[in-house]
Amino acid sequence: MSRSLLFIPGNNPSMIQNSDLYGADAVIFDLEDSVLMEHKDAARDLVKTYLEQLNLLNCQVIVRINGMKTPFLKMDLEALSYDYVDAFMIPNATHGAIEYITNQIKELEQTRQLKKEIQLIPIIETPYALLQVKEIVKMDRVIGVLFGAEDYTTNMSIKRTKQGEEILFARNMISIAAKAYNKEAYDTPFTDVNDIDGLKEDVKLAKQLGFSGKAAIHPRQIDMINELFSPSQEDILFAQRILKQAKKETKGAFSIDGKMIDTPIITRAQKIIIQAKLYGLLGEPND
Amino acid sequence: MKESQAGSVESCDCRITVRKQQGNTVEVKSIVYELYGDHIKNLILDTLERQNIKDIYVLCEDKGAVDFVIVSRLVTALKRLENSDE
Repeated sequence: MSRSLLFIPGNNPSMIQNSDLYGADAVIFDLEDSVLMEHKDAARDLVKTYLEQLNLLNCQVIVRINGMKTPFLKMDLEALSYDYVDAFMIPNATHGAIEYITNQIKELEQTRQLKKEIQLIPIIETPYALLQVKEIVKMDRVIGVLFGAEDYTTNMSIKRTKQGEEILFARNMISIAAKAYNKEAYDTPFTDVNDIDGLKEDVKLAKQLGFSGKAAIHPRQIDMINELFSPSQEDILFAQRILKQAKKETKGAFSIDGKMIDTPIITRAQKIIIQAKLYGLLGEPND
Repeated sequence: MKESQAGSVESCDCRITVRKQQGNTVEVKSIVYELYGDHIKNLILDTLERQNIKDIYVLCEDKGAVDFVIVSRLVTALKRLENSDE
């Protein structure tokens, strides 16, 4: 479960060599939009050589490969289907594309006798993909979906705004579909890297809509995303109190500080503690 | 004579130029030549040896690239040279 996913241009050596230092939970090495056509081969070699030679110990490794309609997809899969890649991010996802890519990866995994299965994160960035999101998100290797609002709004012929009213329905649909199949929903990047207040509001909204994390296009966005997608200390302390009290209770519902606590609240408290453990936010056990 | 290039002369990168010749020759121009010139040359020679390449001229114009960047730019330049022959 990643709170922040940082895009790193695949042909940028200085950013690649520092990619695990920015504090993102996941790094997305981008071979697609940030790489010029004439540099696709160089970017693929650069990312591959980096991942072969250096162990990224503290973050999820994702590679955004080129899409089905390009001549680069097969070369990307061939070059990078190895154990050092946790997941491929798939642009312009459709059910058919994910099926095709899954089969290609399976063959490479078997031939190379990889130790683990490479997972997939499709990008929902067309109206067609949005209509298919339920079918896409429930596919075997899909661990989550990313909303790509820039391409989505372009495909819808609408102007994207900072407030994001025009993408609210798509965001809702994506987060609900992901949650329905117990997968992750990652929100679209906030594209004004100088507007930290705007980013804050955008992250708060994404969290409120049910997204589990957000993509970032600049390292300076990481701290804010991580902070807001983490449970607060207040939430953690209250969750700990709930779980402690729940162990003692014999009734299905009880109250703490005048608030009714029943099964959904206990489940939410358990989720908060799982997240807090995952992100290293728990202090010493208090009992 | 056919040449291929990969990389750039931006900071933390290097530009590798390759062309076919008899035997291997590696020339390095680097902003950190005094400290790392020999290391870069050996890194390139090792990479050529691993790929069993014996007849190539390599020019590395280095702007502070770390090892994986130099290796990858060399690999790309060699592939481009090979593809230009096809």
